[in-house]
Amino acid sequence: MASSMIGSKVERKEDKKFLTGKGRYTADINLHNQSYAVFIRSPHARAKIKSVDASKAKKLPGVIDVLTAKELQEDKIGGLIAGWKIMSQDGTEMKCPPHPALAGDSVNYVGDHVAIVIAETLQQAKDAADAVQVDYKVLKAVVSTKDAMNSESIYESIPKNLCFDWLLGDKAKTEQAFSGADKVVKLDITNNRLVPNAMEPRAAIGDYNPSSEELTLYTTSQNPHLSRLVISAFNAVHPEHKFRVIAPDVGGGFGSKIYPYAEDVVVAWAAKRLQRPVKWVCERTESFLSDCHGRDHVTHCELAVKKDGTILGLKVDTIANLGGYASLFATVTPTYLYGPLVLGLYNIPVAYCNVKGVFTNTAPVDAYRGAGRPEATYMIERLVDKAAKEIGMDRAEFRKRNFIKQFPHQQCLVHNIDSGDYIAHLNKALDLADYKNFEKRKAESRSRGKLRGIGFSTYIEACGIAPSAAVMSLGCGVGLWESAEIRFNPTGNISVFTGTHSHGQSHDTTFAQIVSDKLGVPIENIELIHGDTDKGPFGMGTYGSRSLAVGGTAIVKACDKIVDKGKKVAAKMLEVSPNDIDFKNGEFIVPNSNKKKTIGEIAFACYVPGTYGEVKSPLPEGVEPGLKETAFYDPVNFSFPAGSHICEVEIDPDTGETKVVTYTCVDDFGNLINPMIVEGQIHGGLAQGIGQALYENAYYDETGQLVTASYMDYCMPRADNFPEFRIGYTCTPATSNPLGVKGCGEAGAIASPPAVMNAVVDAIGTEISMPATSEKVWRAVNEKSKTKSKAA
Amino acid sequence: MKLFNFHEAKNLKEATKLSSSKSAYLAGGQTLIPSLKLRLASFQDVIDIKEIKDLQGIKATGSSVAIGATTKHADVASSKDVKKAIPSLAGLAGGIGDPQVRNCGTIGGSISNNDPSACYPSACIALDATIHTSDRKIPAEKFFTGMFETALKKGELVTKVEFNIPEKSAYVKCPNPASRYALVGVYIAKFKKEVRCAVTGAQSVVYRCKEIENALNKNFSVDSLDSVTIKSSGLNSDIHASAEYRASLILSSAKKAVANCK
Repeated sequence: MASSMIGSKVERKEDKKFLTGKGRYTADINLHNQSYAVFIRSPHARAKIKSVDASKAKKLPGVIDVLTAKELQEDKIGGLIAGWKIMSQDGTEMKCPPHPALAGDSVNYVGDHVAIVIAETLQQAKDAADAVQVDYKVLKAVVSTKDAMNSESIYESIPKNLCFDWLLGDKAKTEQAFSGADKVVKLDITNNRLVPNAMEPRAAIGDYNPSSEELTLYTTSQNPHLSRLVISAFNAVHPEHKFRVIAPDVGGGFGSKIYPYAEDVVVAWAAKRLQRPVKWVCERTESFLSDCHGRDHVTHCELAVKKDGTILGLKVDTIANLGGYASLFATVTPTYLYGPLVLGLYNIPVAYCNVKGVFTNTAPVDAYRGAGRPEATYMIERLVDKAAKEIGMDRAEFRKRNFIKQFPHQQCLVHNIDSGDYIAHLNKALDLADYKNFEKRKAESRSRGKLRGIGFSTYIEACGIAPSAAVMSLGCGVGLWESAEIRFNPTGNISVFTGTHSHGQSHDTTFAQIVSDKLGVPIENIELIHGDTDKGPFGMGTYGSRSLAVGGTAIVKACDKIVDKGKKVAAKMLEVSPNDIDFKNGEFIVPNSNKKKTIGEIAFACYVPGTYGEVKSPLPEGVEPGLKETAFYDPVNFSFPAGSHICEVEIDPDTGETKVVTYTCVDDFGNLINPMIVEGQIHGGLAQGIGQALYENAYYDETGQLVTASYMDYCMPRADNFPEFRIGYTCTPATSNPLGVKGCGEAGAIASPPAVMNAVVDAIGTEISMPATSEKVWRAVNEKSKTKSKAA
Repeated sequence: MKLFNFHEAKNLKEATKLSSSKSAYLAGGQTLIPSLKLRLASFQDVIDIKEIKDLQGIKATGSSVAIGATTKHADVASSKDVKKAIPSLAGLAGGIGDPQVRNCGTIGGSISNNDPSACYPSACIALDATIHTSDRKIPAEKFFTGMFETALKKGELVTKVEFNIPEKSAYVKCPNPASRYALVGVYIAKFKKEVRCAVTGAQSVVYRCKEIENALNKNFSVDSLDSVTIKSSGLNSDIHASAEYRASLILSSAKKAVANCK
């Protein structure tokens, strides 16, 4: 049983509750004497607040209170923070505007939080919200990413709306390398803005206990411990030891629920101030407006190549839109999570990446599935494809020529890549995609009047976001280690506590598989507990494909400690030395004898350590009773998943409609714990990545109104937009963690946009931007045939 | 949602009697309920008409198919009578929204709401339907008067829609990728005397496309549409499709429709 656990497709422990509708989400929780909150949000992208008049609203039936920036100041509640300090190339610190939890004298995007209305019922709160009069002086909004630096400054203290002007790499050496190139390939690309669209919108309930003076916040968080830390330390809502944050079942996050939001702060504070539970549940359009968005880059990039296809150097100049304020991880996403990855998995001797982070009057932009790495991958994979075509080389061959082939490999920018075999996954993908017969399929499509194209994306990502020493030296305000506690109960079953949070990742199953494997306890006797700051040890949450590589390793370490202690106890009970004990499949055994104790017997003995009648104390001298171990793990390096994705599209030139007809991916995630769960992660990631390439786009008009603020206008991909995915794996285990795992949660979203777009460009023969909507493709095809007929 | 009085009408008379300037009829609720929930609309009285027997059922004769106002899209899509008499109409109903929408939404609700991107209005125009109401019969071409506007008077209720059976017909929809409403929907019906072509999604209200009709009346073939030009002036333009693109979609959809005519 035990040894087969790792690598097997164990059915998900969490399926029963979720598939039978018994999940318990924040909105499902109702507390005694609960009140209901509605946020008043700015209808304008940029305005001065002249006054907020809640006098009429406060008189309406059922209204408990209307709170604004004034009350926040009374209670000295701090604003939201940007948690990662970025330095500009001139040595100055990034410039961020204050971000009050309720807007003070200005609002800076449509949906900005102005006031909270609290009433006995939700309807009363909504009625009252309609009656609150906010007098705005509307100002001209700054919306365009590209033009932000040439527009009026939104904040007086931030010239050119420039948060930072960050440089990674050596500009002079890069220029030098370019001077020796046979060809310089240039590309301008846009990485479209996306709305995360978790299935469960955000929600928060604050609950203050006046007797114990404890404050509890139920919230939709990927990261409850960090929320507690930030809301306690920076917003000063309540001291950490009397503050409990619970993130119960959470229906998806994709990064958008990593960080505490203004609503979390305000709801927690309001509950304390009013001494009543306050419940807020976000509505869908509110979610479109106020959740942090993702991506939104404008980039110019250049690749220097030799005739034989060797890459000599890379230049990347990016403008990254941060939105109206700098959200918690907003500044690291387009810098350290992006810049180092622009090299892809190629041996590029010299490069630089310059990123200008700009403020605009749009929703804050922060980490979203892949966070920086999809933007980097999109840039380099589109550029490499173009380079191969321009020098007339097969696109797969061009990639192979430039792949990193020796490991470990120190890249010219930041990362030291421990392991990989890139030719192996590309070859396997080429086979699986039947690349050699592509031209036949293209001809067949042509016979039906359709255009067919094939696109590649060979990607690498840095996962398992961790090494505290590394991230803190780059400006991160916290370490990114992870914690675990293994608590044997006296009856022999196990409670496992993790500082990570599962909101779709299936930790309950994957982590239980690890514990089952390590300790030889059946999986049904293992329960994972997470998402409650009062239960497990402090942890850093789930994002950056880190939970298994970092959190899973903490669990392994805690298991090892359990075994070590178990050996001591077993040795005493079996009257041998601890060195004579082996642990295997849940049993402490003395080799070449019939002496053994099960781990259940040892656990029981640890909890009943005295002499009782015939039973003698099993604990050796100096060994504490109980069987519970905690481990904190801080890895030495990131992990580097990589893979090859190949997409084929077919385009109807009459309508421009693009269909993904086949999609092949071969990924190297290191060792797999549960291949079924990994496959689910790949599917979800691909859906989001293909969605970005063909359908999704958060579109603000020139006044800063979000035009795509509902599913009537924001196009989410659906199941019928996808073919059956062809999935394969190669494996070079990670050397940075004992499980040899690399992370799989973001790969699909990172790799697929360039694979799809390279296929579209291949089919139509001209550049096109994401999303490649039917009309855009139709126009591109038409323009091309017009130019052709003119030339003829 | 603001509070309202809910009434369940047992018959047509009761329903019309309950109606006032502050009331709304509730059939499938696919537009009304979201509008109420989003507080875009509020009424003093909401009158549920789903239980009224006179508004239900499908009846086919040799020359027409009559569909009761509260017949759901899913029932039209799966009706043997509709599939046999006007397969394109069953196909249209089966392509509206998603299974949840098709199992709630009704034909009467759809045409009374007259969303400019809805599918059913194009069927009514192309198949020269007669809209039966609580008071009178209205030819389809006089029924759809403007964006979200119809010839219905306050309190007047659609009871059934009577479609003429053509020799052959087809409906081709280019769905808005987000909402899957029609960016453009083209319904072509060939009768003994004439060819009718109705277009939805492209203007503020469904309309007959004379250019296409003229070409097809001369020669009912895909090739005859090659000489047709659809002007983009007057067509809708939004983030999903420009007027120029819609014009192109109308023609390519019409060609597909002619090719698919059954």
